[in-house]
Amino acid sequence: MNAPRRNARRIFRDIAHARAGDKGNTSNVNVWAYDPADFELLKRTLTAERIKQTFPHLIRGTVTRYELPQLYGLNFVLQDALEGGVNSSLNLDSHGKSWSYLILGLELDDSNEDRPAG
Amino acid sequence: MSTFRIGTGAGFSSDRLEPAVDLVERGELDAIVLECLGERTVAFGHRDRMADPARGYNSLLERRMRALLPACRTGGTTMISNMGAANPRAAAERTLAVARELGLKGLKVACIEGDNVSALVPPDQPFMDEPGSLADIDMPIVGMNAYLGADAIMPALEAGADVIIGGRLADPSMFLAPLAHRFGWQPNDLARLGAGTLVGHLLECGMQVTGGYFADPGVKDVENLAQCGYPIAEVQADGSAVITKLDDTGGCVSTATVKEQLLYEVHDPARYLTPDVTADFSRVEIAATGPDRVKVSNAGGTARPDTLKVTVGFDGGYQGEAGVSYAGPAAQERGQLAAEIVAERMARVHGITSDLRVDLIGVSSLFATAGIRATEAQDVRLHVALRSRSKEHAELMLWEVESLLCCGPAGGGGYRGAITPSVITKSVLIPRERVKPTLLVQVA
Repeated sequence: MNAPRRNARRIFRDIAHARAGDKGNTSNVNVWAYDPADFELLKRTLTAERIKQTFPHLIRGTVTRYELPQLYGLNFVLQDALEGGVNSSLNLDSHGKSWSYLILGLELDDSNEDRPAG
Repeated sequence: MSTFRIGTGAGFSSDRLEPAVDLVERGELDAIVLECLGERTVAFGHRDRMADPARGYNSLLERRMRALLPACRTGGTTMISNMGAANPRAAAERTLAVARELGLKGLKVACIEGDNVSALVPPDQPFMDEPGSLADIDMPIVGMNAYLGADAIMPALEAGADVIIGGRLADPSMFLAPLAHRFGWQPNDLARLGAGTLVGHLLECGMQVTGGYFADPGVKDVENLAQCGYPIAEVQADGSAVITKLDDTGGCVSTATVKEQLLYEVHDPARYLTPDVTADFSRVEIAATGPDRVKVSNAGGTARPDTLKVTVGFDGGYQGEAGVSYAGPAAQERGQLAAEIVAERMARVHGITSDLRVDLIGVSSLFATAGIRATEAQDVRLHVALRSRSKEHAELMLWEVESLLCCGPAGGGGYRGAITPSVITKSVLIPRERVKPTLLVQVA
């Protein structure tokens, strides 16, 4: 189900699935580990700080992370992250529907076990 | 009968019809909900109504009613919809006319109004979720609609309506109302209202819970997605429910499809605000109980907000979009040159710099602001977008892009351009006691 791609480092798509939604100029992306055993790795490596720091031009506001441990899921709320929102964004994807794959495309940094929990 | 069977027949304004007919014919449903309204949809409805007082409702209403009403009648299925958009009264009249044509004598059609609160909101009302007020927007207001909750729908159910049509009925409330009506859930039974809201939230986007908007080949494969079925919820009196779909339809219901929809457009999972309840999805349990059967339970709720959300629509002028494609060796460089030419000429020849965006599809467009670029694209499309109060500005932009055919880089082809009306929406709050829903029941 989540076989790593050949000749590539693993990305979050290899261990998790996600969906993005919009309200005004705020995006939310929910992310779910396929395998409960990967939830700790997901929590440790996919932090609000990492997302905010990786896309500083896109995400102008704060990133808040909510956890649903019983479902092995995380919900990220990205404030001021839709280039003005569906009303004023001239992005082809003015709802930011594709932001789920922006996050799933991040490299899964599972080599660094020293990374602080977030 | 202890189980209430409720399904979705549309999850947005342009959703598919024939799977809805299949669901009503074979689903043995107590109720079917057609959710057809977004913030911008209602604003476009107001524009339609201004152009023609008989319009302003969902453009697929007549076609949907013609296809669904006979099966709803046969199966005793109540239909609830916000297809009325900016003109529920005209939508109800049209529905009655269709019912009469089809010989559905005695069909009770309820029309819920009162969501249009244009006369009730002060002109300097502050925005709900951003600095500023309505007075700061220098554009004509086209309409203001308050989100009506289950309490606005309940009287229509009590009147025995077969079809209930409103305008800005809140999405989950259209599902919660028939559940609360059947099971006698009271306004202070917050856990039950939270549970019914969860059912509504999971079903309101139609196939987004049955395998639609989910497939990702290789990691999330979905069988027969082209023939995806709409969802059904089998709801118990305690509010727990099984999400499923008809046999012999495409798609799938799994814990994964239900999870993705659980937090779709949700911020704090413990505080999902609706007109009916502050729903708590944070401790929800999701379990597969059979093929395409997933049980959801343990939703909760706290008191509903004292205010209702109001969507205010403004006439936003025009949006122009135009493109030209480049392929083969150095397609990316030629596309980039074309982008620079358009940006330069819009600024230097026409003096237009604001609200213009130039993307290179295939290299960087959706993720351009995120800073992600492909490096080896050999098939790229210049895409230029502009929003303006002036239609002439949009026309000038289209002209500039089209002129690249003779005056731009080598090998450009496939020009297309279009100008569409634009609406802007903002959210404000209104004290709920100021909003007075009304009910009109007519018989075919």
